[in-house]
Amino acid sequence: MEFAFTEEQQDIFAAVDEICAEVLAPRAEEVDKAQEWPQENVDLMAQSDLMGLPVPEEYGGMGLGFLDWGVIGEKLSGACTTTGAIFGAHMLAIYPLMLFGTEEQKQKYLTPLARGEQVGAFGLTEPNAGSDAGNVQTRAVRKGDEYLLNGSKIFITNAGPAETYIIIANLNPDTGMRGLTAFIVEKGFEGFEFGKNEKKMAYKSLPNRELIFNDCRVPAENVLHRERGGFRVAMQTLDVGRIGMAIGAVGLAQVAFDKAVAYSQTRVQFKRPICEFQMVQKMIADMAVDIAAGRWLTYNAAWRKDQGLDFEQEAAMAKLYTSEMVGRVTDHAVQIHGGYGYCEEYGVERLFREAKLFEIVEGTSEIQRLVIANKVLKNARKK
Amino acid sequence: MNIIVSIKQVPDTTEVRIDPETGTLVREGVPSIINPFDENAIEAALQLVEKHGGKVTVLTMGPPQAEQALREAIAMGADEGILVCDRAFAGSDTLATSYTLARAVRKIGDFDLILCGKQAFDGDTAQVGPGLAEHLGLPQVTYAIGLEVEGKKLQAKRLLEDRYEMVEARLPALVTVVKQINEPRHAGLRGVMKARKAEIVKWTAADLEADVTRCGLNGSPTNVLRVFAPSRHTKGERIEGEASEAAVELYEKLRTAQVL
Repeated sequence: MEFAFTEEQQDIFAAVDEICAEVLAPRAEEVDKAQEWPQENVDLMAQSDLMGLPVPEEYGGMGLGFLDWGVIGEKLSGACTTTGAIFGAHMLAIYPLMLFGTEEQKQKYLTPLARGEQVGAFGLTEPNAGSDAGNVQTRAVRKGDEYLLNGSKIFITNAGPAETYIIIANLNPDTGMRGLTAFIVEKGFEGFEFGKNEKKMAYKSLPNRELIFNDCRVPAENVLHRERGGFRVAMQTLDVGRIGMAIGAVGLAQVAFDKAVAYSQTRVQFKRPICEFQMVQKMIADMAVDIAAGRWLTYNAAWRKDQGLDFEQEAAMAKLYTSEMVGRVTDHAVQIHGGYGYCEEYGVERLFREAKLFEIVEGTSEIQRLVIANKVLKNARKK
Repeated sequence: MNIIVSIKQVPDTTEVRIDPETGTLVREGVPSIINPFDENAIEAALQLVEKHGGKVTVLTMGPPQAEQALREAIAMGADEGILVCDRAFAGSDTLATSYTLARAVRKIGDFDLILCGKQAFDGDTAQVGPGLAEHLGLPQVTYAIGLEVEGKKLQAKRLLEDRYEMVEARLPALVTVVKQINEPRHAGLRGVMKARKAEIVKWTAADLEADVTRCGLNGSPTNVLRVFAPSRHTKGERIEGEASEAAVELYEKLRTAQVL
C-alpha cells in the first residue's frame, strides 16, 4: 500500500495549485456574485489541459487516472466552488463517451470535450424522475434514420453553455428502466431548447436549467451504447459522478477549514486568540479528522477505479460521507467565525449554503445508503 | 522566427541574504523562481512565435539548479533550454555575464530576436540585456511595453517615465520588456509533462570557447564594497483642523525647523 504521489503527480498538482492560488481563488467571490457563467475560468481550465484529464491522449485528453482527476477537482473546488462544479459536471458527459462511445462518437464528441473546446452536460433528472431513474418520461421514438425526443429534464448543470448533452430518454415508459436509452444531443439540434435557469440558495453562477425536447431530431448514430442500454449508461456515469461530488465536498470543506483555522488564530477574545480555547480546539480537531476521513474514502474510490476494481460501493460511501461531512465542517467554520461567519464578507456563509447541495445531488444520502446496503447484503449472500 | 530569451533564476524572496565577505548573493536554501520580468519576456516570445511560427530557446547562466528555471520556461511553452554553467563563471558581474551570454548566443548562431526582462529582481541593474546587445553588435530596444514584428523589422513601444516612444529596429535585435507588456501564462499540464522529459543543453566555458579572463570574478571590474538596506523615510506629520489655523501651525513648525 502506497500513500504517496509520484514525482510526476506532484509536479502536475503543483502547477494546478499555482493556477488555483493565483487566478481562481482571488476571483472566487466575484464569480459567485456575478451570477454569470464564468467563461474565463472555463477557458483557463482548457488552456491548462484540465478538461480531459482521464481521457486517452488519442482523443485529446491527458491520459491520466481518475485519482489525478479527483485530486485536481478537489483543488479547483477549494479555489472556486463554482468552477469545481463545472469541472465535475463536464465529466458526466466525458465519462459515458469514454466507456460506451463508438470510434466515430469519440472522434466527434469526446475529443472537443477533452480538449476543452466544448463543455459537456448530462441529463437524467426530470420533475418525476431523479433517484427513481426508471420513471424517466422523456420519450424517444424511432423514425427512419433518426429518433424523435419529447419531454423535459430539470436541474441540468452546465446546461446552456454546454455544447454536448448525454440525454437519458425512454423508448417505452411502460417498461420502466428497461426502455431507457442514452442519446448524444448537440446544442442546436432542431426541437431542443432551454427552459428556465433555477434560482438556487447557492452556486448562483452555476447554470441548472431545464431542457425541453419538442420533436427533437437525433440521428440514429447518436445512440450511446445501444437501444435500451441507457440504464447501464446512467448508473455507471453516476458512479464516477459520485466521486466527482465527493472531491467537490472535500475541496469545499478544506477551504472552510483553512479559513476557520486562520480566523481562530487572529480573533482575540478575553485577551487570547480564540484558538487557545478548548471548545474551539475541539471543533478544529473534529473538522481535521472529518476532512481526512472523507478525503481518504474518496481517494480510495478513485484509486479502485484506476485499478480496474469494483468501486460502486466505495464511490457511494465517499459521496455519502463527504456530503454530510461538508455540512458539519462548514457549520463549525461559521460558528468559529461568530457574527462575521454570518456575514457575506468572510465568505464562509456562502460555503455553508453551498455545502447543502452535496447531500442532495447525484443521489441523495438516502439513495447512497441504499446502494451501500444492497452491495453489502449481496456480498454477504455470496459467502 | 527564432527567438532567444535570456533569463535569470532569482531568489523568491525580498529577504535576499548577502555574503558579507564578497558582497554577493547567497542562493542556498532560498526557493528560486524565474525573474518575474523574464517571465514577461518568455510570454512575449511565445506570443510572437504563435503568430509568426518559429521556435523559442531559453538561455540562462547560473548554478546547476538554474536548470529548474529552464524547465519552468519549457512548461510555459518554450521549445528548448540551454544552461551555461561552469565554476569559471562564478562571481560574474554584469559585464562578465553579458560577455558569457554573448558567447552562448554566438554558439546558438541562428536567431532573429533576443528578449530579456528589463532587469533582474535581485540585482536590479538592467545592464545584462543592453550589455549582451553591445557584445553582439545588435540594435537594442529597452523597456518595451509593446512589440510587433513584420518581416525583418520590429516595432516597439517603449515605456519611459513621462511618455511612450515608438521605435523601429531591423532584426536581429535585442529587446528588454517591462512587466506591463503582457500577463505571463501559467504552465498547463501538457507543458509540465514536456518539461519533465526535456533535455537541457549544458555548456561550459570550454564549450563556449570563452576567454576565461573575461569570465567570472576575473572578468568583473565591478567590486561590491557593501550591500545595505536603504534607511527608511520617517513618517510625515499630518496637521489637522481648519485651513487657516493649520497654515499658521505649519508656518510655525517650518520656522522652528529652520526650513524657512
